[in-house]
Amino acid sequence: MSTNRWFSLAIHAVFVAITISMLVPFALVIMISLSDEQSILHNGFQLIPEIITTSAYEYFLKTPDTILRAYGVTITVSVVGTVISLVLTSILGYTLSRKDYGLNRITSFYVFFTMLFNGGLVPFYILMTQYLQLKDTIWALIVPGLLSPFYVLIMKGFMSKIPTEIIESAKVEGAREWRIYLQLILPLSKPALATLGLFIMFNYWNEWFNAMLFINTQDLVPLQLLLVRTMNTLDFITSRPEFATAMVSFDMSQFPKTSAKFAVVVLSAGPMLLVFPFFQRFFVKGLTIGAIKG
Amino acid sequence: MQRSKTVRFFGRNIELFTLSFPSILYIFVMAYLPMFGVIIAFKNYVYDKGILGSEWIGFKNFEFLFASETAFRITRNTVLYNLGYMLLTTVAALAVAILLNEISKKWLRLYQTSMILPYFLSWVVMSYIVMAFLDHQNGFINNWLAAAGLEKIKWYFEAKYWPYILNLVHLWKAIGFSALVYYAGILGIDGELYEAAKIDGAKRWQLITNITLPQLTPLIIILLILSIGSMFRGDFGLHYFVPNNNGMTYATTDIIDTYIYRALSEIGDVSMASAVGLYQSFVGFVLVVTANFIVRKINEDNSLF
Repeated sequence: MSTNRWFSLAIHAVFVAITISMLVPFALVIMISLSDEQSILHNGFQLIPEIITTSAYEYFLKTPDTILRAYGVTITVSVVGTVISLVLTSILGYTLSRKDYGLNRITSFYVFFTMLFNGGLVPFYILMTQYLQLKDTIWALIVPGLLSPFYVLIMKGFMSKIPTEIIESAKVEGAREWRIYLQLILPLSKPALATLGLFIMFNYWNEWFNAMLFINTQDLVPLQLLLVRTMNTLDFITSRPEFATAMVSFDMSQFPKTSAKFAVVVLSAGPMLLVFPFFQRFFVKGLTIGAIKG
Repeated sequence: MQRSKTVRFFGRNIELFTLSFPSILYIFVMAYLPMFGVIIAFKNYVYDKGILGSEWIGFKNFEFLFASETAFRITRNTVLYNLGYMLLTTVAALAVAILLNEISKKWLRLYQTSMILPYFLSWVVMSYIVMAFLDHQNGFINNWLAAAGLEKIKWYFEAKYWPYILNLVHLWKAIGFSALVYYAGILGIDGELYEAAKIDGAKRWQLITNITLPQLTPLIIILLILSIGSMFRGDFGLHYFVPNNNGMTYATTDIIDTYIYRALSEIGDVSMASAVGLYQSFVGFVLVVTANFIVRKINEDNSLF
Protein backbone atom coordinates (compact mmCIF):
# COMPACT_ATOMS: atom_id res chain seq x y z
CA MET A 1 0.00 0.00 0.00
CA SER A 2 1.46 3.32 -1.03
CA THR A 3 0.88 6.45 1.04
CA ASN A 4 -1.22 7.83 -1.82
CA ARG A 5 -3.64 4.98 -1.59
CA TRP A 6 -3.98 5.41 2.15
CA PHE A 7 -4.57 9.09 1.56
CA SER A 8 -7.42 8.38 -0.86
CA LEU A 9 -8.97 5.88 1.49
CA ALA A 10 -8.83 8.37 4.36
CA ILE A 11 -10.55 11.04 2.26
CA HIS A 12 -13.27 8.63 1.22
CA ALA A 13 -13.75 7.63 4.84
CA VAL A 14 -14.29 11.29 5.74
CA PHE A 15 -16.82 11.72 2.95
CA VAL A 16 -18.67 8.54 3.77
CA ALA A 17 -18.99 9.82 7.34
CA ILE A 18 -20.26 13.20 6.11
CA THR A 19 -22.71 11.58 3.71
CA ILE A 20 -24.09 9.38 6.48
CA SER A 21 -24.49 12.38 8.77
CA MET A 22 -26.33 14.16 5.97
CA LEU A 23 -28.68 11.29 5.15
CA VAL A 24 -29.50 9.89 8.61
CA PRO A 25 -31.75 12.85 9.60
CA PHE A 26 -33.69 12.42 6.35
CA ALA A 27 -34.02 8.70 6.97
CA LEU A 28 -35.14 9.31 10.53
CA VAL A 29 -37.93 11.68 9.47
CA ILE A 30 -39.17 9.26 6.81
CA MET A 31 -39.08 6.38 9.26
CA ILE A 32 -41.01 8.31 11.92
CA SER A 33 -43.71 9.03 9.36
CA LEU A 34 -43.93 5.27 8.74
CA SER A 35 -43.92 4.28 12.40
CA ASP A 36 -46.81 2.81 14.21
CA GLU A 37 -48.13 5.17 16.92
CA GLN A 38 -47.94 2.47 19.61
CA SER A 39 -44.33 1.68 18.90
CA ILE A 40 -43.45 5.39 19.12
CA LEU A 41 -45.14 5.47 22.52
CA HIS A 42 -43.08 2.51 23.72
CA ASN A 43 -39.71 3.07 22.10
CA GLY A 44 -39.62 6.67 20.93
CA PHE A 45 -38.38 7.60 17.45
CA GLN A 46 -36.35 4.85 15.84
CA LEU A 47 -34.45 4.50 12.60
CA ILE A 48 -35.85 1.01 12.29
CA PRO A 49 -39.29 0.96 13.92
CA GLU A 50 -40.76 -2.28 15.16
CA ILE A 51 -43.92 -1.97 13.11
CA ILE A 52 -43.86 -0.20 9.77
CA THR A 53 -47.19 1.18 8.72
CA THR A 54 -48.43 3.65 6.16
CA SER A 55 -51.48 4.53 8.24
CA ALA A 56 -50.49 8.20 8.58
CA TYR A 57 -50.42 8.52 4.81
CA GLU A 58 -53.68 6.61 4.47
CA TYR A 59 -55.44 9.19 6.61
CA PHE A 60 -54.29 11.89 4.25
CA LEU A 61 -55.36 9.84 1.25
CA LYS A 62 -58.85 9.53 2.73
CA THR A 63 -59.09 13.23 3.50
CA PRO A 64 -56.82 14.86 1.00
CA ASP A 65 -58.53 18.28 1.10
CA THR A 66 -56.16 20.08 3.44
CA ILE A 67 -52.97 18.72 1.90
CA LEU A 68 -54.14 19.10 -1.69
CA ARG A 69 -55.27 22.64 -1.05
CA ALA A 70 -51.90 23.48 0.47
CA TYR A 71 -50.17 21.89 -2.53
CA GLY A 72 -52.37 23.96 -4.80
CA VAL A 73 -51.46 27.20 -3.04
CA THR A 74 -47.74 26.38 -2.96
CA ILE A 75 -47.59 25.33 -6.61
CA THR A 76 -49.63 28.34 -7.77
CA VAL A 77 -47.42 30.72 -5.81
CA SER A 78 -44.23 29.04 -7.06
CA VAL A 79 -45.22 29.06 -10.73
CA VAL A 80 -46.82 32.52 -10.90
CA GLY A 81 -44.12 34.03 -8.69
CA THR A 82 -41.26 32.55 -10.70
CA VAL A 83 -42.66 33.72 -14.05
CA ILE A 84 -43.31 37.31 -12.94
CA SER A 85 -40.04 37.40 -11.06
CA LEU A 86 -38.05 36.30 -14.13
CA VAL A 87 -39.72 39.04 -16.21
CA LEU A 88 -38.92 41.75 -13.66
CA THR A 89 -35.39 40.49 -13.09
CA SER A 90 -34.56 40.18 -16.77
CA ILE A 91 -35.89 43.56 -17.92
CA LEU A 92 -33.88 45.25 -15.19
CA GLY A 93 -30.81 43.07 -15.66
CA TYR A 94 -30.84 43.69 -19.38
CA THR A 95 -31.24 47.46 -19.02
CA LEU A 96 -28.33 47.55 -16.59
CA SER A 97 -26.18 45.42 -18.89
CA ARG A 98 -26.47 48.05 -21.66
CA LYS A 99 -23.41 50.23 -21.23
CA ASP A 100 -24.83 52.78 -23.68
CA TYR A 101 -27.90 53.37 -21.51
CA GLY A 102 -27.80 56.94 -20.30
CA LEU A 103 -29.38 56.23 -16.91
CA ASN A 104 -27.22 53.18 -16.24
CA ARG A 105 -25.26 54.50 -13.26
CA ILE A 106 -28.17 56.08 -11.46
CA THR A 107 -30.34 53.00 -11.99
CA SER A 108 -27.56 50.78 -10.63
CA PHE A 109 -27.32 52.88 -7.50
CA TYR A 110 -31.10 52.94 -7.18
CA VAL A 111 -31.26 49.15 -7.30
CA PHE A 112 -28.31 48.29 -5.08
CA PHE A 113 -28.92 50.86 -2.41
CA THR A 114 -31.85 48.68 -1.37
CA MET A 115 -29.31 46.00 -0.41
CA LEU A 116 -27.73 48.37 2.08
CA PHE A 117 -30.65 49.87 3.87
CA ASN A 118 -34.21 48.76 4.36
CA GLY A 119 -37.14 50.00 6.32
CA GLY A 120 -37.38 46.85 8.38
CA LEU A 121 -40.29 44.62 9.26
CA VAL A 122 -42.77 47.14 10.63
CA PRO A 123 -43.06 49.52 7.65
CA PHE A 124 -43.12 46.48 5.37
CA TYR A 125 -45.99 45.02 7.34
CA ILE A 126 -47.96 48.27 7.30
CA LEU A 127 -47.32 48.72 3.58
CA MET A 128 -48.56 45.23 2.77
CA THR A 129 -51.63 45.29 4.98
CA GLN A 130 -52.86 48.89 4.88
CA TYR A 131 -51.57 50.45 1.70
CA LEU A 132 -51.57 47.48 -0.66
CA GLN A 133 -54.40 45.65 1.14
CA LEU A 134 -52.83 42.26 0.49
CA LYS A 135 -53.69 40.54 3.76
CA ASP A 136 -55.27 37.14 3.14
CA THR A 137 -54.75 37.24 -0.61
CA ILE A 138 -52.51 34.96 -2.62
CA TRP A 139 -50.53 38.02 -3.73
CA ALA A 140 -49.24 38.43 -0.18
CA LEU A 141 -47.18 35.31 -0.82
CA ILE A 142 -46.04 36.33 -4.29
CA VAL A 143 -45.34 40.06 -4.24
CA PRO A 144 -42.66 40.39 -1.54
CA GLY A 145 -40.16 38.05 -3.19
CA LEU A 146 -40.49 39.18 -6.78
CA LEU A 147 -37.24 41.05 -7.19
CA SER A 148 -33.92 40.43 -5.49
CA PRO A 149 -31.06 42.84 -6.28
CA PHE A 150 -28.71 39.90 -5.98
CA TYR A 151 -30.42 38.04 -8.83
CA VAL A 152 -30.48 41.23 -10.89
CA LEU A 153 -26.71 41.32 -10.41
CA ILE A 154 -26.32 37.75 -11.69
CA MET A 155 -28.63 38.44 -14.62
CA LYS A 156 -26.74 41.59 -15.54
CA GLY A 157 -23.42 39.73 -15.36
CA PHE A 158 -24.72 37.09 -17.73
CA MET A 159 -26.29 39.51 -20.19
CA SER A 160 -23.17 41.65 -20.30
CA LYS A 161 -21.50 38.73 -22.08
CA ILE A 162 -23.88 38.99 -25.04
CA PRO A 163 -21.93 40.68 -27.89
CA THR A 164 -23.04 44.28 -28.41
CA GLU A 165 -22.73 43.85 -32.18
CA ILE A 166 -25.89 41.76 -32.20
CA ILE A 167 -27.83 44.56 -30.52
CA GLU A 168 -26.23 47.20 -32.74
CA SER A 169 -27.13 45.40 -35.95
CA ALA A 170 -30.69 44.88 -34.81
CA LYS A 171 -30.94 48.58 -34.07
CA VAL A 172 -29.61 49.45 -37.51
CA GLU A 173 -32.41 47.38 -38.96
CA GLY A 174 -34.80 49.51 -36.99
CA ALA A 175 -35.87 47.13 -34.24
CA ARG A 176 -37.31 48.75 -31.13
CA GLU A 177 -35.76 48.02 -27.75
CA TRP A 178 -38.55 45.81 -26.48
CA ARG A 179 -38.37 43.69 -29.62
CA ILE A 180 -34.63 43.28 -29.20
CA TYR A 181 -35.24 42.20 -25.63
CA LEU A 182 -38.01 39.77 -26.55
CA GLN A 183 -36.60 38.24 -29.71
CA LEU A 184 -32.84 38.39 -29.22
CA ILE A 185 -31.92 38.72 -25.58
CA LEU A 186 -34.40 36.36 -23.94
CA PRO A 187 -33.64 33.38 -26.23
CA LEU A 188 -29.90 33.95 -25.71
CA SER A 189 -30.33 34.09 -21.95
CA LYS A 190 -32.04 30.73 -21.52
CA PRO A 191 -29.31 29.22 -19.30
CA ALA A 192 -29.41 32.20 -16.93
CA LEU A 193 -33.21 32.21 -16.89
CA ALA A 194 -33.29 28.50 -16.12
CA THR A 195 -30.76 28.78 -13.32
CA LEU A 196 -32.30 31.81 -11.66
CA GLY A 197 -35.76 30.37 -12.22
CA LEU A 198 -34.70 27.32 -10.24
CA PHE A 199 -33.40 29.43 -7.36
CA ILE A 200 -36.52 31.59 -7.32
CA MET A 201 -38.77 28.54 -7.49
CA PHE A 202 -37.06 27.02 -4.44
CA ASN A 203 -37.46 30.29 -2.56
CA TYR A 204 -41.17 30.36 -3.29
CA TRP A 205 -41.63 26.71 -2.44
CA ASN A 206 -40.01 27.24 0.94
CA GLU A 207 -41.67 30.56 1.67
CA TRP A 208 -43.25 30.66 5.13
CA PHE A 209 -42.45 34.10 6.52
CA ASN A 210 -44.99 36.08 4.53
CA ALA A 211 -47.52 33.31 5.04
CA MET A 212 -47.09 33.63 8.79
CA LEU A 213 -47.49 37.39 8.62
CA PHE A 214 -50.35 37.77 6.18
CA ILE A 215 -52.38 34.56 5.89
CA ASN A 216 -55.14 33.83 8.36
CA THR A 217 -57.77 32.22 6.18
CA GLN A 218 -57.58 28.43 5.95
CA ASP A 219 -58.07 28.44 2.20
CA LEU A 220 -54.72 30.09 1.42
CA VAL A 221 -52.43 28.08 3.65
CA PRO A 222 -49.34 26.92 1.73
CA LEU A 223 -47.46 23.75 2.67
CA GLN A 224 -44.89 25.50 4.82
CA LEU A 225 -47.51 27.30 6.88
CA LEU A 226 -49.40 24.03 7.27
CA LEU A 227 -46.21 22.68 8.83
CA VAL A 228 -45.88 25.69 11.12
CA ARG A 229 -49.42 25.19 12.32
CA THR A 230 -49.10 21.45 12.87
CA MET A 231 -45.81 21.80 14.80
CA ASN A 232 -47.42 21.92 18.21
CA THR A 233 -50.87 20.58 17.45
CA LEU A 234 -52.65 18.65 14.76
CA ASP A 235 -55.86 20.57 15.37
CA PHE A 236 -55.48 22.46 12.17
CA ILE A 237 -55.89 19.28 10.16
CA THR A 238 -58.29 17.40 12.41
CA SER A 239 -60.66 20.32 12.93
CA ARG A 240 -61.58 20.71 9.27
CA PRO A 241 -65.21 19.75 8.73
CA GLU A 242 -64.39 17.39 5.83
CA PHE A 243 -61.95 15.61 8.10
CA ALA A 244 -64.50 15.12 10.84
CA THR A 245 -67.12 13.64 8.50
CA ALA A 246 -64.58 11.30 6.91
CA MET A 247 -63.37 10.16 10.31
CA VAL A 248 -66.76 9.18 11.67
CA SER A 249 -66.02 5.52 11.08
CA PHE A 250 -62.61 5.75 12.77
CA ASP A 251 -61.66 5.57 16.36
CA MET A 252 -59.99 8.96 16.90
CA SER A 253 -57.85 7.63 19.74
CA GLN A 254 -56.15 5.52 17.09
CA PHE A 255 -55.25 8.54 14.99
CA PRO A 256 -51.49 8.45 14.36
CA LYS A 257 -50.75 11.92 15.73
CA THR A 258 -46.98 11.89 15.73
CA SER A 259 -46.36 10.03 12.51
CA ALA A 260 -48.99 12.19 10.79
CA LYS A 261 -46.93 15.31 11.57
CA PHE A 262 -43.87 13.79 10.01
CA ALA A 263 -45.89 12.54 7.07
CA VAL A 264 -46.78 16.19 6.37
CA VAL A 265 -43.06 17.01 6.48
CA VAL A 266 -42.26 14.28 3.97
CA LEU A 267 -45.12 15.32 1.71
CA SER A 268 -44.11 18.98 1.68
CA ALA A 269 -40.34 18.70 1.39
CA GLY A 270 -40.32 15.53 -0.73
CA PRO A 271 -41.19 16.86 -4.19
CA MET A 272 -38.46 19.48 -4.22
CA LEU A 273 -35.81 17.05 -2.99
CA LEU A 274 -36.79 14.52 -5.65
CA VAL A 275 -36.65 17.16 -8.37
CA PHE A 276 -33.38 18.63 -7.25
CA PRO A 277 -30.81 16.05 -8.46
CA PHE A 278 -32.06 16.53 -12.03
CA PHE A 279 -31.35 20.24 -11.83
CA GLN A 280 -28.03 19.96 -10.07
CA ARG A 281 -26.04 20.72 -13.21
CA PHE A 282 -27.87 24.02 -13.61
CA PHE A 283 -27.35 24.78 -10.02
CA VAL A 284 -23.59 24.36 -10.05
CA LYS A 285 -23.40 26.31 -13.29
CA GLY A 286 -25.46 29.09 -11.78
CA LEU A 287 -23.01 29.40 -8.96
CA THR A 288 -20.21 29.97 -11.40
CA ILE A 289 -22.13 32.35 -13.71
CA GLY A 290 -22.37 35.14 -11.23
CA ALA A 291 -19.83 33.80 -8.77
CA ILE A 292 -17.21 36.10 -7.41
CA LYS A 293 -13.97 35.16 -9.06
CA GLY A 294 -11.04 34.70 -6.69
CA MET B 1 -29.27 74.18 -27.79
CA GLN B 2 -29.50 73.01 -24.19
CA ARG B 3 -33.04 71.92 -24.68
CA SER B 4 -32.41 69.88 -27.80
CA LYS B 5 -29.67 68.04 -25.89
CA THR B 6 -32.17 67.07 -23.25
CA VAL B 7 -34.67 66.03 -25.88
CA ARG B 8 -32.07 63.92 -27.65
CA PHE B 9 -30.96 62.27 -24.40
CA PHE B 10 -34.59 61.59 -23.63
CA GLY B 11 -35.24 60.16 -27.08
CA ARG B 12 -32.23 57.89 -26.90
CA ASN B 13 -33.05 56.41 -23.53
CA ILE B 14 -36.81 56.48 -23.25
CA GLU B 15 -37.28 52.99 -24.68
CA LEU B 16 -34.94 51.25 -22.28
CA PHE B 17 -36.36 53.26 -19.40
CA THR B 18 -39.87 52.21 -20.35
CA LEU B 19 -38.73 48.59 -20.66
CA SER B 20 -37.31 48.56 -17.14
CA PHE B 21 -40.04 50.73 -15.65
CA PRO B 22 -42.13 47.91 -14.07
CA SER B 23 -39.11 46.83 -12.03
CA ILE B 24 -38.23 50.43 -11.13
CA LEU B 25 -41.76 50.97 -9.89
CA TYR B 26 -41.73 47.72 -7.94
CA ILE B 27 -38.50 48.66 -6.18
CA PHE B 28 -39.90 52.09 -5.36
CA VAL B 29 -43.01 50.65 -3.75
CA MET B 30 -41.45 47.69 -1.96
CA ALA B 31 -38.09 49.14 -0.91
CA TYR B 32 -38.16 52.94 -0.92
CA LEU B 33 -41.64 53.62 0.42
CA PRO B 34 -41.00 51.55 3.58
CA MET B 35 -37.82 53.56 4.18
CA PHE B 36 -40.02 56.54 5.01
CA GLY B 37 -41.75 54.25 7.48
CA VAL B 38 -38.75 54.39 9.80
CA ILE B 39 -40.27 57.55 11.28
CA ILE B 40 -42.62 55.25 13.19
CA ALA B 41 -39.66 54.59 15.48
CA PHE B 42 -39.88 58.21 16.66
CA LYS B 43 -43.63 58.15 17.17
CA ASN B 44 -46.16 56.67 19.49
CA TYR B 45 -47.87 54.71 16.75
CA VAL B 46 -51.61 54.37 17.08
CA TYR B 47 -53.31 52.25 14.48
CA ASP B 48 -56.32 54.54 14.09
CA LYS B 49 -54.28 57.69 13.54
CA GLY B 50 -52.01 56.12 10.95
CA ILE B 51 -48.32 56.85 10.45
CA LEU B 52 -48.58 60.59 9.87
CA GLY B 53 -51.26 61.20 12.45
CA SER B 54 -49.52 59.55 15.40
CA GLU B 55 -47.73 61.93 17.76
CA TRP B 56 -43.95 62.46 17.76
CA ILE B 57 -42.16 61.30 20.87
CA GLY B 58 -38.54 61.71 19.77
CA PHE B 59 -36.12 59.10 21.07
CA LYS B 60 -38.40 57.73 23.79
CA ASN B 61 -38.68 54.32 22.11
CA PHE B 62 -34.92 54.03 21.92
CA GLU B 63 -34.41 55.15 25.51
CA PHE B 64 -36.85 52.51 26.62
CA LEU B 65 -35.13 49.88 24.49
CA PHE B 66 -31.59 50.57 25.65
CA ALA B 67 -32.60 50.89 29.27
CA SER B 68 -33.68 47.28 29.25
CA GLU B 69 -31.47 44.22 29.42
CA THR B 70 -33.07 43.04 26.19
CA ALA B 71 -31.15 45.31 23.82
CA PHE B 72 -27.84 44.01 25.07
CA ARG B 73 -29.01 40.40 25.02
CA ILE B 74 -30.39 40.33 21.51
CA THR B 75 -27.45 42.32 20.11
CA ARG B 76 -24.92 40.04 21.78
CA ASN B 77 -26.71 36.90 20.61
CA THR B 78 -27.11 38.13 17.04
CA VAL B 79 -23.47 39.11 16.65
CA LEU B 80 -21.96 36.13 18.46
CA TYR B 81 -24.07 33.60 16.60
CA ASN B 82 -23.27 35.19 13.26
CA LEU B 83 -19.56 35.13 14.10
CA GLY B 84 -19.83 31.49 15.13
CA TYR B 85 -21.73 30.48 11.98
CA MET B 86 -19.30 32.39 9.79
CA LEU B 87 -16.10 30.92 11.23
CA LEU B 88 -17.35 27.37 11.65
CA THR B 89 -18.93 27.15 8.20
CA THR B 90 -15.99 28.78 6.44
CA VAL B 91 -13.39 26.49 7.97
CA ALA B 92 -15.45 23.33 7.50
CA ALA B 93 -16.55 24.20 3.96
CA LEU B 94 -12.97 25.03 2.92
CA ALA B 95 -11.74 21.70 4.23
CA VAL B 96 -14.51 19.87 2.41
CA ALA B 97 -13.90 21.76 -0.84
CA ILE B 98 -10.19 20.95 -0.77
CA LEU B 99 -10.93 17.29 -0.12
CA LEU B 100 -13.52 17.25 -2.91
CA ASN B 101 -10.77 18.36 -5.26
CA GLU B 102 -8.68 15.34 -4.29
CA ILE B 103 -11.13 12.62 -5.29
CA SER B 104 -12.20 11.17 -8.60
CA LYS B 105 -15.20 12.66 -10.43
CA LYS B 106 -17.09 9.40 -10.14
CA TRP B 107 -17.74 9.80 -6.42
CA LEU B 108 -17.84 13.57 -6.44
CA ARG B 109 -21.45 13.84 -7.57
CA LEU B 110 -22.78 11.52 -4.89
CA TYR B 111 -21.01 13.36 -2.08
CA GLN B 112 -21.97 16.74 -3.50
CA THR B 113 -25.63 15.86 -3.89
CA SER B 114 -25.95 14.47 -0.38
CA MET B 115 -24.27 17.55 1.11
CA ILE B 116 -26.33 20.08 -0.81
CA LEU B 117 -29.71 18.49 -0.01
CA PRO B 118 -30.18 20.19 3.39
CA TYR B 119 -29.68 23.57 1.77
CA PHE B 120 -33.07 23.14 0.10
CA LEU B 121 -35.01 22.51 3.27
CA SER B 122 -36.91 25.35 4.83
CA TRP B 123 -36.29 26.16 8.48
CA VAL B 124 -39.78 24.90 9.24
CA VAL B 125 -38.86 21.46 7.94
CA MET B 126 -35.52 21.72 9.75
CA SER B 127 -37.30 22.31 13.03
CA TYR B 128 -39.08 18.95 12.62
CA ILE B 129 -35.79 17.22 11.89
CA VAL B 130 -34.25 18.72 15.01
CA MET B 131 -37.34 17.72 16.98
CA ALA B 132 -36.87 14.12 15.81
CA PHE B 133 -33.53 14.18 17.62
CA LEU B 134 -34.28 16.37 20.63
CA ASP B 135 -37.92 15.70 21.52
CA HIS B 136 -38.04 15.05 25.24
CA GLN B 137 -40.37 12.08 25.13
CA ASN B 138 -39.42 10.31 21.93
CA GLY B 139 -36.30 12.04 20.61
CA PHE B 140 -33.59 9.94 19.05
CA ILE B 141 -30.91 11.28 21.41
CA ASN B 142 -32.95 10.80 24.55
CA ASN B 143 -33.65 7.22 23.44
CA TRP B 144 -29.95 6.57 23.37
CA LEU B 145 -29.43 8.29 26.72
CA ALA B 146 -32.19 6.19 28.23
CA ALA B 147 -30.80 3.03 26.68
CA ALA B 148 -27.41 3.87 28.19
CA GLY B 149 -29.08 4.27 31.57
CA LEU B 150 -28.64 8.06 31.71
CA GLU B 151 -31.13 10.83 32.50
CA LYS B 152 -33.19 12.12 29.61
CA ILE B 153 -32.42 15.77 28.91
CA LYS B 154 -35.11 18.42 28.41
CA TRP B 155 -33.36 20.03 25.48
CA TYR B 156 -36.08 22.59 24.75
CA PHE B 157 -36.03 23.96 28.29
CA GLU B 158 -32.29 24.25 28.87
CA ALA B 159 -30.71 27.44 27.55
CA LYS B 160 -27.14 26.23 28.00
CA TYR B 161 -27.26 23.64 25.20
CA TRP B 162 -28.57 25.91 22.47
CA PRO B 163 -25.36 27.62 21.33
CA TYR B 164 -24.00 24.17 20.44
CA ILE B 165 -27.25 22.94 18.91
CA LEU B 166 -27.79 26.03 16.75
CA ASN B 167 -24.20 26.08 15.50
CA LEU B 168 -24.39 22.42 14.64
CA VAL B 169 -27.76 22.73 12.90
CA HIS B 170 -26.57 25.74 10.92
CA LEU B 171 -23.40 23.93 9.88
CA TRP B 172 -25.36 20.88 8.78
CA LYS B 173 -27.60 22.99 6.57
CA ALA B 174 -25.02 25.40 5.16
CA ILE B 175 -21.87 23.36 4.64
CA GLY B 176 -22.84 21.82 1.29
CA PHE B 177 -23.61 25.13 -0.36
CA SER B 178 -20.52 26.88 1.02
CA ALA B 179 -18.29 24.01 0.04
CA LEU B 180 -19.71 24.21 -3.48
CA VAL B 181 -18.83 27.91 -3.70
CA TYR B 182 -15.24 27.24 -2.62
CA TYR B 183 -15.01 24.21 -4.87
CA ALA B 184 -16.08 26.37 -7.82
CA GLY B 185 -13.28 28.71 -6.76
CA ILE B 186 -10.74 25.87 -6.74
CA LEU B 187 -11.82 24.78 -10.22
CA GLY B 188 -11.07 28.31 -11.38
CA ILE B 189 -7.41 28.06 -10.35
CA ASP B 190 -4.98 27.85 -13.25
CA GLY B 191 -3.98 24.20 -13.76
CA GLU B 192 -0.49 25.15 -14.90
CA LEU B 193 0.39 26.22 -11.39
CA TYR B 194 -0.20 22.66 -10.20
CA GLU B 195 1.68 21.14 -13.13
CA ALA B 196 4.72 23.31 -12.48
CA ALA B 197 4.70 22.46 -8.79
CA LYS B 198 4.40 18.74 -9.51
CA ILE B 199 7.43 18.91 -11.76
CA ASP B 200 9.30 20.47 -8.87
CA GLY B 201 8.31 17.40 -6.86
CA ALA B 202 5.65 18.92 -4.63
CA LYS B 203 3.59 16.52 -2.54
CA ARG B 204 -0.21 16.65 -2.29
CA TRP B 205 -0.07 18.44 1.03
CA GLN B 206 2.35 21.02 -0.33
CA LEU B 207 0.11 21.67 -3.33
CA ILE B 208 -2.74 22.48 -0.97
CA THR B 209 -0.78 24.77 1.34
CA ASN B 210 1.30 26.50 -1.33
CA ILE B 211 -1.16 26.83 -4.22
CA THR B 212 -4.79 26.09 -3.42
CA LEU B 213 -5.08 28.10 -0.20
CA PRO B 214 -3.13 31.18 -1.36
CA GLN B 215 -5.13 31.23 -4.61
CA LEU B 216 -8.41 31.02 -2.69
CA THR B 217 -7.47 33.68 -0.16
CA PRO B 218 -9.03 36.63 -2.04
CA LEU B 219 -12.35 34.77 -2.35
CA ILE B 220 -12.30 33.77 1.33
CA ILE B 221 -11.54 37.31 2.49
CA ILE B 222 -14.26 38.82 0.31
CA LEU B 223 -16.87 36.38 1.58
CA LEU B 224 -15.82 36.94 5.19
CA ILE B 225 -16.02 40.70 4.85
CA LEU B 226 -19.40 40.46 3.16
CA SER B 227 -20.71 38.38 6.03
CA ILE B 228 -19.36 40.98 8.48
CA GLY B 229 -21.64 43.36 6.61
CA SER B 230 -24.63 41.25 7.62
CA MET B 231 -23.51 40.73 11.24
CA PHE B 232 -26.64 42.44 12.48
CA ARG B 233 -29.09 40.51 10.39
CA GLY B 234 -29.84 37.28 12.16
CA ASP B 235 -31.39 34.16 10.72
CA PHE B 236 -34.99 34.48 11.81
CA GLY B 237 -36.11 31.04 10.66
CA LEU B 238 -33.32 29.20 12.44
CA HIS B 239 -33.80 31.03 15.71
CA TYR B 240 -37.58 31.07 15.69
CA PHE B 241 -38.49 27.56 14.57
CA VAL B 242 -35.64 25.32 15.64
CA PRO B 243 -35.82 26.18 19.38
CA ASN B 244 -39.62 26.16 18.92
CA ASN B 245 -39.96 29.76 20.19
CA ASN B 246 -39.68 28.65 23.80
CA GLY B 247 -39.39 31.44 26.37
CA MET B 248 -37.19 29.25 28.58
CA THR B 249 -34.32 29.48 26.13
CA TYR B 250 -34.53 33.13 25.00
CA ALA B 251 -31.33 33.88 26.92
CA THR B 252 -29.34 31.96 24.32
CA THR B 253 -31.67 31.77 21.33
CA ASP B 254 -33.33 35.18 21.03
CA ILE B 255 -31.90 37.48 18.36
CA ILE B 256 -32.84 40.91 17.03
CA ASP B 257 -35.05 39.47 14.29
CA THR B 258 -37.03 37.15 16.53
CA TYR B 259 -37.43 39.93 19.08
CA ILE B 260 -38.88 42.31 16.49
CA TYR B 261 -41.24 39.64 15.26
CA ARG B 262 -42.52 38.91 18.75
CA ALA B 263 -42.84 42.59 19.63
CA LEU B 264 -45.01 42.93 16.56
CA SER B 265 -47.03 39.73 16.54
CA GLU B 266 -47.36 38.77 20.21
CA ILE B 267 -47.20 42.06 22.10
CA GLY B 268 -48.40 44.30 19.27
CA ASP B 269 -45.93 47.04 20.24
CA VAL B 270 -45.47 48.58 16.82
CA SER B 271 -43.37 51.56 17.90
CA MET B 272 -40.98 49.37 19.86
CA ALA B 273 -40.60 46.83 17.06
CA SER B 274 -39.98 49.72 14.70
CA ALA B 275 -37.30 51.21 16.96
CA VAL B 276 -35.45 47.90 17.18
CA GLY B 277 -35.80 47.52 13.43
CA LEU B 278 -34.31 50.95 12.75
CA TYR B 279 -31.45 50.26 15.16
CA GLN B 280 -30.78 47.03 13.24
CA SER B 281 -31.02 48.67 9.81
CA PHE B 282 -28.82 51.59 10.82
CA VAL B 283 -26.01 49.54 12.34
CA GLY B 284 -26.30 47.09 9.43
CA PHE B 285 -25.91 49.95 6.97
CA VAL B 286 -22.79 51.24 8.73
CA LEU B 287 -21.33 47.72 8.76
CA VAL B 288 -21.97 47.08 5.06
CA VAL B 289 -20.48 50.41 4.01
CA THR B 290 -17.44 49.83 6.20
CA ALA B 291 -17.01 46.28 4.91
CA ASN B 292 -17.28 47.49 1.34
CA PHE B 293 -14.72 50.22 2.03
CA ILE B 294 -12.27 47.59 3.27
CA VAL B 295 -12.92 45.35 0.26
CA ARG B 296 -12.28 48.24 -2.09
CA LYS B 297 -8.99 48.91 -0.38
CA ILE B 298 -7.93 45.30 -0.89
CA ASN B 299 -9.32 44.62 -4.33
CA GLU B 300 -11.29 47.08 -6.44
CA ASP B 301 -12.98 44.37 -8.55
CA ASN B 302 -14.74 42.65 -5.70
CA SER B 303 -16.36 45.60 -4.01
CA LEU B 304 -20.12 45.87 -4.21
CA PHE B 305 -20.23 49.53 -5.21
